[in-house]
Amino acid sequence: MRLTARSLWANLARGPRRAWRRFRGSLLLRVVATTTIIGLTAVIAIGAIISTQIRDGLVQTRVDRILAETARDAASAQQNVEASTAESPGDLQQLVYDLLDGLSTLGGNTRGLVLLRDPSNTSGVLLSTPVTSTELVEVISPEMREAVQTGTTQPWQYVELPDTGEPGMVVGVPFSIRVAGDYELYFVYSLADEQSTLSLIQRVLLGGAVALMVLLALLTLQVTRQTVRPVRQAARVASRLAEGILSERMSVRGQDEMATLARTFNEMAESLQRQITRMEELSRLQRRFVSDVSHELRTPLTTIRMASDVLHDAREDFPPEVSRSAELLNTQIDRFESLLADLLEISRIDAGAAQLEFDDMSLADVVRDQVEAMSPAARREGIEMRLWVAKGDHVASMDRPRVARIVRNLLSNAIEHAQRRPVDVVVASSKRAVAVVVRDYGIGLTPQQAQRVFDRFWRADAARARTMGGTGLGLSIAREDAQLHGGRLEAWGLPGKGASFRLQLPRTSRGLGQDPPLPLVIAELDYASIAERVPLDQDRREVAP
Amino acid sequence: MARMTAKILVVDDDPAVAEMLGIVLRGDGFETVFCDHGDEAVGAFRSTSPDVILLDLMLPGKSGIDICREIRSESGVPIIMLTAKSETVDVVLGLESGADDYIPKPFKPRELIARVRARLRRNDNATPAVVRVGDLEIDVTGHRVTRDGELIPLTPLEFDVLVTLARSPGQVFTREVLLEDVWGYRHAADTRLVNVHIQRLRAKVEKDPENPEIIVTVRGVGYKAGGVGS
Repeated sequence: MRLTARSLWANLARGPRRAWRRFRGSLLLRVVATTTIIGLTAVIAIGAIISTQIRDGLVQTRVDRILAETARDAASAQQNVEASTAESPGDLQQLVYDLLDGLSTLGGNTRGLVLLRDPSNTSGVLLSTPVTSTELVEVISPEMREAVQTGTTQPWQYVELPDTGEPGMVVGVPFSIRVAGDYELYFVYSLADEQSTLSLIQRVLLGGAVALMVLLALLTLQVTRQTVRPVRQAARVASRLAEGILSERMSVRGQDEMATLARTFNEMAESLQRQITRMEELSRLQRRFVSDVSHELRTPLTTIRMASDVLHDAREDFPPEVSRSAELLNTQIDRFESLLADLLEISRIDAGAAQLEFDDMSLADVVRDQVEAMSPAARREGIEMRLWVAKGDHVASMDRPRVARIVRNLLSNAIEHAQRRPVDVVVASSKRAVAVVVRDYGIGLTPQQAQRVFDRFWRADAARARTMGGTGLGLSIAREDAQLHGGRLEAWGLPGKGASFRLQLPRTSRGLGQDPPLPLVIAELDYASIAERVPLDQDRREVAP
Repeated sequence: MARMTAKILVVDDDPAVAEMLGIVLRGDGFETVFCDHGDEAVGAFRSTSPDVILLDLMLPGKSGIDICREIRSESGVPIIMLTAKSETVDVVLGLESGADDYIPKPFKPRELIARVRARLRRNDNATPAVVRVGDLEIDVTGHRVTRDGELIPLTPLEFDVLVTLARSPGQVFTREVLLEDVWGYRHAADTRLVNVHIQRLRAKVEKDPENPEIIVTVRGVGYKAGGVGS
């Protein structure tokens, strides 16, 4: 298989596109997805707020306590130093050790202590500065030291403890030792307890959130399903109704809105069924009536027809008035007959009782037969009929008598209005349709007339002489016939330029499509480029085996 | 050729139509017999043995369809239906019950006479006298069709259709040409006539009517005699 860029793209896009289509197609999926997304967002936001608040509250309490504790301890240490009488560096050193030991014991050995000499201390007495752990010195940042040196009250800072990586905090206080000058005392506390409490709370919150989400999704699924089920059922029943299974109903359960929907739906189906049955009954009666009228009228007409023909054949033997009367009688019976036939046909179509028998055949053959049958009559009027057939087989499924009748109607209409100019008939086909265009160059039609030309009993000019004796129903029936085939019959006209009629019939079940095989209006000079001229003759027996 | 004066049985309950038919037919040199009730039609046929029957479909008593079926079961006499209905169902039903042709009312007398004459005409002037198609042997002069010596009963019309096709083996006949050759129509008319009779003929001569070998359909064109050289 060759992969073009386009097909590759199509393949890649198919997956998401299918998922999207599924998503669009399922109300259930959409509601659950939407609810889950909104729920998730809300839970995340609420969780974030709650956990921040808890953290802040938890830590703040601890910070406050630490600050109070360090303030108290620092003050008492300072007092101890001031109360001491030590003067020598050795005594002072011992005092510092004792103090820090005391502070360490006082804090329950949970805090680290760091004593640093203030860089601005110019005293000659140099004390070694004890620390709980040497690593702790690193966590004292320069900013911290500066804050202590500049005399900020109880500066503090969150830090990360070097050995364990736990969160912690450092509180600094200035610490002056008599004789030895200014030092800085730092308390380093671990906040690991708070951290673990917080983690526990966060875990609990997360667990709660997940449980809530699952619950929410399930709840939505269930609720939506409950709501969607009747909707789906309604859709299914509606489509069955559309297929013509009119007895299909929804099941009604309970008294809720869904039950109301089902009940209303069923009432609708009920009334629909009643209407359709009524229409069917009317249509059946109409058909019956047409059939009866047809029979009742045709029986006497048969006798009249035969009697008139007998009289007509014998008219030579009659006096001139009687002879002329026989002629008139005969032609008017012809007219009456075709009028009756057309009327019955149109009421049959109206009643939906028209039956079509489809057969695959070439439109070119049907058209050619009709053109050949009409051309003698046309020639008598001084009109040349020209048949053009494009390449191709022009085969479509059609009811031959009806299509032949459409073509006959178009041809006789063209001959009637051609005014001794030629009539062009052209057949062509595309993949989806076969078409025939009948064009005359006679009196033509205005666009308004072209609109109305298919109306029943409509005549462009009521006073116009009718040589072909049309019934005024021919084109209406032709259009109905075209529509019965799923085809289309259109008209175009321009006064003085003639008129053009195009019949299109579908070749497939997919309808006519967008591109007609032939334009509705073709210039007289263009026929030769579209199709080949077919000579007309009466001999149709030479069919190739 | 037909007998000098062919006898025609007219079965129609409308007295005016029947009388008029009589006038027209006698005017053209036919002998006429009448019957105006469905129940008497078969009896009238047996007692008069006509050359052609003109049968109205809507009759008091037994319907035209039943009469047609009954007569067809004992004779191949040409039957032309006269019908005031032109619904496909009625026509097809009539043809399937055994009628050879139908004329919708109202009709012109000339048309009626042409049809009657077409039914009376016989393919007698045939050469060769014996035609073969597939494993069928058609004795044109003797009006007999046999397969392996066994006689297949055909009505004269069915026989005409078969002979017309068999005489030009391989040639495709459009329905219109068949209508002209067999039924005597001068203009293209109802091709259902051809379809129905081809079905009936196939039911009699084909071994498997679903897969015809003697009369082959040429899609979109018509029919031809098959089985040449087999």
